[in-house]
Amino acid sequence: MSSTSTETPRRVSHARDFTRPGFYVKLVLMMLVNAFGLYGIMASFGQEKWALLAFLAVTLVVVDFVYFSKRAIPAKYLLPGLIFLILFQVYVMANTAYVAFTNYGDGHNDAKGPAITQIMKTADRRVEGTSTFPVTVLDRNGEIAFAIVEDGEPRIGDAETPLESAGNAVVDGERVVEVPGADVLNLGQIQQRQKEVLDLRVSMTDDPNDGWLRTDNATMAFVAKSLLTYDAQADTFTNQDGKVFHADGERGLFVAEDGSTLTPGWKVVVGFENFQRMFTDSRLSGPFMSSLVWTFAFAILSVLTTFALGLILAVVFNDPRVKGRTFYRAMFILPYAFPGFLAALVWRGLLNRDFGFINQVLLGGVDVNWLGDGNLAKLSIILVNLWLGFPYMFLVTTGALQSIPGELTEAAVVDGAGPLRRFFSITLPLLLVSVAPLLISSFAFNFNNFSLIFMLTGGGPNYPGTPAPIGETDILISMVYAIAFEGGNKQYGLAAAMSITIFFVVGLVSWLGFRQTRKLEEIM
Amino acid sequence: MRKSLIAVAAAGLTLSLAACSGGTTPGATSSPSGDVSSPAASAPAGSGTVTIWVDETRVETFNTIGEGFTAATGVTLDVVQKPTGDIKTDFIAQAPTGEGPDLIVGAHDWVGDLQANGVIAPVELGDKVSGFNELAIQGFTYDGQLFGVPYAIENIALVRNNGMVSDTPATFDELIAQGKAVEGAQFPIVIQQGDAGDAYHLYPIQTSFGAPVFKTDASGAYTAELGMGGPEGLAFANYLKKLADEKVVSVSLGGDQAKQAFIDQKTPYMITGPWNIADFEAAGIDVSVLAVPSAGGQPSAPFLGVQGVYLSSQSENALVANQFLDYMASKEAQDKLYELGGRTPALTESADAVDDPILAGFAEAGKEGQPMPALPEMGAVWTFWGSAQVSIITGAAAPEAAWTEMIANIESKF
Repeated sequence: MSSTSTETPRRVSHARDFTRPGFYVKLVLMMLVNAFGLYGIMASFGQEKWALLAFLAVTLVVVDFVYFSKRAIPAKYLLPGLIFLILFQVYVMANTAYVAFTNYGDGHNDAKGPAITQIMKTADRRVEGTSTFPVTVLDRNGEIAFAIVEDGEPRIGDAETPLESAGNAVVDGERVVEVPGADVLNLGQIQQRQKEVLDLRVSMTDDPNDGWLRTDNATMAFVAKSLLTYDAQADTFTNQDGKVFHADGERGLFVAEDGSTLTPGWKVVVGFENFQRMFTDSRLSGPFMSSLVWTFAFAILSVLTTFALGLILAVVFNDPRVKGRTFYRAMFILPYAFPGFLAALVWRGLLNRDFGFINQVLLGGVDVNWLGDGNLAKLSIILVNLWLGFPYMFLVTTGALQSIPGELTEAAVVDGAGPLRRFFSITLPLLLVSVAPLLISSFAFNFNNFSLIFMLTGGGPNYPGTPAPIGETDILISMVYAIAFEGGNKQYGLAAAMSITIFFVVGLVSWLGFRQTRKLEEIM
Repeated sequence: MRKSLIAVAAAGLTLSLAACSGGTTPGATSSPSGDVSSPAASAPAGSGTVTIWVDETRVETFNTIGEGFTAATGVTLDVVQKPTGDIKTDFIAQAPTGEGPDLIVGAHDWVGDLQANGVIAPVELGDKVSGFNELAIQGFTYDGQLFGVPYAIENIALVRNNGMVSDTPATFDELIAQGKAVEGAQFPIVIQQGDAGDAYHLYPIQTSFGAPVFKTDASGAYTAELGMGGPEGLAFANYLKKLADEKVVSVSLGGDQAKQAFIDQKTPYMITGPWNIADFEAAGIDVSVLAVPSAGGQPSAPFLGVQGVYLSSQSENALVANQFLDYMASKEAQDKLYELGGRTPALTESADAVDDPILAGFAEAGKEGQPMPALPEMGAVWTFWGSAQVSIITGAAAPEAAWTEMIANIESKF
């Protein structure tokens, strides 16, 4: 741990001393950083990702400054963490917040430009009843041209000139094989220029209504026509019947007078619409409120039950009179060692009404509908979470109990306090000082305990008649998932808005909780 | 010192991560390879790579198909394995960023969703279309346009354990009576359901009441008009309640449990698809595949599922990818896909060459079938459909009330 922060100016950092290896290690690492950084900048320039380019450039400058500067000692330690924070937390949150204000989701998947391209692409269709032609791709003075055989006669055309007969071309069967003054492209050459080949439309005649020749695979060409024409100035599509579709910037769709639309649409900012829907759409707001209540009940009960059981076991097994404590402690930690989602799946099988181990074997063939009845399903979830969660509480309370000085208890004994009094007046308050923050984080974790709910009940049993498969055991986060992904079409915008709302709820509860724990610390 | 070393290393990592997220590196697999001169590509003139996403069950198949394609065109097929459930979602999310594959393998009923999101490109097979099974082409057709090349058709049917019963009656009620009389059978027949319901496996019974999900027009294509409302639908809802009372269907009888019950010889019949046959045969059960007997008087018609390959609308390599689709439409490729995958080929010429009593049984059972609808709203329809059936099966709601509410819910989505 050498550092320049000591008072004696003569001590030079290893990283600045030419005679020490530290300098060279730093040099190599910084070279790598700069090389990767510059590469990233060039790559993002090539991809025209300007925001990324700006981020990389600023980061690189900051990194170079911090690590080559003699000052900025704290920054040398903080910077990597800060960069990760920006990348994986701040950016993700900002992006979620942005999506919450858009209509991003199925049908509005991309920007406007690609949507227009896609509409044009799907509108450009083969004219029914026309034949297909084996096509030869030519390079005529640098321009791609198509050659086909129509009625036994070779015809050639390119982007400017419609198909015209080329008497001097050599035909072999159905295909043109040689054209004077032009090169026949082979497969490899075509692949290298595939964009030009795919984009080429050769008019059949001078009349645009006859359609054009195009190819998808450079072996077969077909006659196509577009069902829609795009007017870039007016920003409208017109179909063959003259129906006009206007771009609606508020909905992100091309809409006609009669309400019909073109797919796909594009992403637009819709303001607070997603938040509004969450509270005003009665089909969503009803389940939202009952899920909110259940989420609090689930999180609070989970914390209380796991903490109570963990505490009792910890107190019992903290007593030196219990034999085989190490063995029991090891056994208790087992549920903690299983991955939670795996355990939830196993429990789902155990709790199966007709085939599950619990009904069939443990309870001797009774018919208890553990996961199919709303209240029993809630009970099952609390019990399974108790099984999953008590080892953690057991571990932390055991640790905290051992740090409570024994003299305090001895002094209480001398004062004549009974065991209960000693527990509630000395052990528990001292325990809570160190454990309370963990209880709050446990609350926050269970508030968003998606995997347990999703794996154990899938949120079911479902409320009949809601527009998404939302059930009685759905907590907010699993409800968001059901609405965003399981209701048929994906609604990232709505899901993001709900996530933001949940974020504020959890944030508020945690903030209140941590404020309360400060009061506990005053006991010390 | 050590800490600052780690710090520098971490900073380097950050930057390189950021660089990675900056898009495909120049010259990565998806770009049309400019440097042609690899010695292996000496046979045909082509070169380059197309990327295709397939699920875990098809990796080997498409690796083999890729070899055939390389031999024919010189282009390499880069087969990327993705979990079944992720292919569609990831493709929709990644295609607009330009990071997606050139092609994906999937079921025909994705077409509505994929097209609504603008991530697939139309495919023009030209005259080759006429060589395909009409229903397979209809499955991949959306809004009058073909969006993929089909290669296999599958549907569910009645699978019988020949060791337990040897003949099958003509109606479903008789079948239940027969199944109950079989010694050692716990269920007369099993139809998998599970917590979320399974309208797909009940559909042959539903259609025998004349209640298809959507009405069809003269050409056989679906219209947007629901076909399962009305008295026919309600008759099926009541029949479903009866099936639940007979223990034929139950929410606790999911796919795994139903399959296990059949393997354990606890039931003589199961309504299932070709994907389970290999496991039945491995368990030493002699099976026959039959059409599902009618419960409501009309012929039973299962949904047809068509498997095929979609082309990304964002493919940088569309021409080569189209050449692969062209190859997929050849008899050579379809024969090979049948050999490796064991499903009825979508190309009529290849299908005619198949000689297998099990597949013939499935084909016979699917004779009246229609491809699963591919409308984007279909996801919501499945959800409502399944949960209404679950309420009927568990008795949470009266059959007719649950059915009527389901129809109202579905109609609100259109």
